[in-house]
Amino acid sequence: MTETEGKTALLLLGCPQVPVQTSVAIHLCDQLRERGIAPVIAGTGSARKLIEVADPKRRYIGEVVDLDDCIDAIAEKQRDFDYAYVFIHNDGGVSYAGTLSAISRARLVGIVYGEHADETAALITFPCEVVATKATHNPMPIVVKLGRVLP
Amino acid sequence: MSCIEQLEYEILLQGASFKESAEYIKKHFSEWFEVEPGYRLFDAHLIGVPPVVLGVEGEDVIFPYVKPCRGTFLLRAKGPEEIAKLRARKKKR
Repeated sequence: MTETEGKTALLLLGCPQVPVQTSVAIHLCDQLRERGIAPVIAGTGSARKLIEVADPKRRYIGEVVDLDDCIDAIAEKQRDFDYAYVFIHNDGGVSYAGTLSAISRARLVGIVYGEHADETAALITFPCEVVATKATHNPMPIVVKLGRVLP
Repeated sequence: MSCIEQLEYEILLQGASFKESAEYIKKHFSEWFEVEPGYRLFDAHLIGVPPVVLGVEGEDVIFPYVKPCRGTFLLRAKGPEEIAKLRARKKKR
């Protein structure tokens, strides 16, 4: 048994406007499962649908929940996670990560991508590990960097 | 956050960043408060980068409302009970 066995991770997905989000999220679920960590995806309606359609038998993803319901549960101390990965490509994503930094005890990682990744990453002024790359269509630059923040 | 969408509100800013919204409140309203993200306002937990700035003018609360795809909206809505709660926190600058 490894030290990560039985732990939980939240993958918080924002607007799926940038194509890499869905494939990186599924890849991350696989990596977490390999470490014995149960992934839980929280996202907007369209982000959840993209994930669920891409993995219909749920070989990689696990529980999938509504983004705002998840924030409510954490804020009300009904639920929390050991790790939290927030997918960020705009100011809204930074705000969600900032919220988790205040309400959750999870080890927080911001996965910042998209055309303006550097500028967006600069908005992260709260405690949060950051992986930033300008990837929009090709997920590989993010996948390579993910290794640095996996437990 | 659907309960906020059911309020009668005025949009003061749209398309601004979260930081710009906070700066707008501090510049345009003499009474403002700082709260942590997750603070419950109008039965919803506020989303944002800490500290979240809320303004007060008359019976209105001015607050940021973040939508994942559309960014931050700065809204103004009547909320005397929320104002009383904020003042009771004694966290005024």
